[in-house]
Amino acid sequence: MTALDTRPVIPGPPRRRRRQWAPYALIAPTVAVLAAFLLYPIGSVVYYSLQRYNVTQPWKNGFAGLDNFRKMLTDDPLFWQSLLFSTKWVVAQVGLQLLLGLALALIINETFVGRGLARSLVFSPWAVSGVLTTGIWILLYNPSTGIFQELANLGIGDHGTSVLGDPSTVFPATVVAELWRGVPFFAILLLADLQTIPKDLYEAASVDGANRWRRFLSVTLPHLRDAIVLSTLLRAVWEFNNVDLIYTLTGGGPANQTTTLPLYVARKAVDSHDFGYGSALTVAGFVILLFFSILYLRLSKFGSRA
Amino acid sequence: MTETLVRETVAEPPNRAAPPRRKRREDPGRGWRLYLPLGLYLLFTLVPFYWMLVFAFRPTGSTALVPWPITFEHFDTVWNDLGFGLFFRNSLLIGVGTLGVVSVLALAGGYALARFRFRGQRLFLLALLCTQFIPGAMMLIPLFVIFKGAGLLNSLTGLVVADTAFQLPLALILMSGFVRNVPVELEEAAMVDGCTRLRAFFAITLPQLRPALVAVGSFAFIGAWNNFLFALMFASRQDKFTLPVGLSYALGEFNTDFGALAAGGVVAAVPVVLVFAVVQRFLVQGLSAGAVKG
Repeated sequence: MTALDTRPVIPGPPRRRRRQWAPYALIAPTVAVLAAFLLYPIGSVVYYSLQRYNVTQPWKNGFAGLDNFRKMLTDDPLFWQSLLFSTKWVVAQVGLQLLLGLALALIINETFVGRGLARSLVFSPWAVSGVLTTGIWILLYNPSTGIFQELANLGIGDHGTSVLGDPSTVFPATVVAELWRGVPFFAILLLADLQTIPKDLYEAASVDGANRWRRFLSVTLPHLRDAIVLSTLLRAVWEFNNVDLIYTLTGGGPANQTTTLPLYVARKAVDSHDFGYGSALTVAGFVILLFFSILYLRLSKFGSRA
Repeated sequence: MTETLVRETVAEPPNRAAPPRRKRREDPGRGWRLYLPLGLYLLFTLVPFYWMLVFAFRPTGSTALVPWPITFEHFDTVWNDLGFGLFFRNSLLIGVGTLGVVSVLALAGGYALARFRFRGQRLFLLALLCTQFIPGAMMLIPLFVIFKGAGLLNSLTGLVVADTAFQLPLALILMSGFVRNVPVELEEAAMVDGCTRLRAFFAITLPQLRPALVAVGSFAFIGAWNNFLFALMFASRQDKFTLPVGLSYALGEFNTDFGALAAGGVVAAVPVVLVFAVVQRFLVQGLSAGAVKG
């Protein structure tokens, strides 16, 4: 039923009540890894965020209280700018990925000749890293040898323009490149859930005279609801934290116009070695995500299927 | 009683071999509704790949849309002159290392989650799900500090550790779904016959989990192979570069040599796309098995 299903499976060989050690031994290494390299780092980021901690100016290091946060909220236009761009990016990505991914999942869930091959092909961009996606789309968008030039040669559209160099097109161009890689995974998540819908539900609906659209609305969508909620949430978080594609495609430019919050963090941490302030930015991002996630799960009444 | 409970958790297998053709024939518009959007989407998916291949295989200066005769000059350039051979080796070692560690830990933990009920189980699962919301960028600063202290900067081991920490939660969630799909009765029967739980696991359950291991391992491999942020931040020496890092530097420097850029892209893409094409159906099964559903 769910990942949180904790019902007993093997009752355990001996009937007498004995303290089980096996499951703990089995998960112990995982717990150790996660504690050391996920939990502890989260704790230390919070700690650093309250410190002045700059590797290049060690003599100034020390407790800073909420100074980092005060500076961030009142005295750092780039924080607000990057947050705004992150939001714009997430809304565009998640909205389009949901629409396209759902359509794709519905198509690929049908039985037809060549379905296996079509699935492999359609899903393959997901395996490709952000940097590689960037490389591919740079080739494709190139004004002299890219696809727009070829189309222009065929008499379609304008003469090749540089979509990545033009401030008015750089955003949609970046969005499309990420969609290319992001839609497949969205489709996989939804497809997985589509396959758990019992066939007789559709048959029953057909017998009752429901047409295709009606069946989609009253059988498919309600069944998919939780999967849609969870996958849009996951994607929103992932896209919020997307670094590789934007970093390599635009470098955050022009004039920081495409700098996301994580990109800004990376720059603070690595370029200016300002670990304290970078940590404060990180904590802010995490708090925003947490707040958004809880709100989203509340509003969508996640898990309370009728 | 337990058996019936367990069955509920087993997802229906994808109905690959059940073509109810009879009914479908009556729907004349179906072909168009199916193949037209699919074709359009395939175009969107494949044209970029094709573009990369064209650039990678045609001689510099050519503008032909079909690269013929093909040339390997660009591959020679990136592999030997630009060091992609070394980057490939680094990526491979990190990918295989992560695959190994993640597979073993996910198998152990996935089995524990699927077959036992223990105190703290819900909390553990909840923690696993929560890790999916932790941004990689958030780990940057503390991991940098930890790695610096432990001497793990500029080491492949450090990257394996970081990638493992990031790939493990999803791998574990997937694996527990796969284990749940193996009928527990088989194991119980073996135990009734006098096997220890351990022997029953290795003799009965593990062989059934082979496709699951392939899938989970592959995704760990792909994740580690593609990880850019950690490799960029924790491996600044060129002899420790991975393919994504090498490629990102190439993006900056290749403003003129698109052939080399494309060839580097092919080198980075081929292994993962091949792996993915083989294992994608296991992913769908694993997710259907209840992993992502609330």
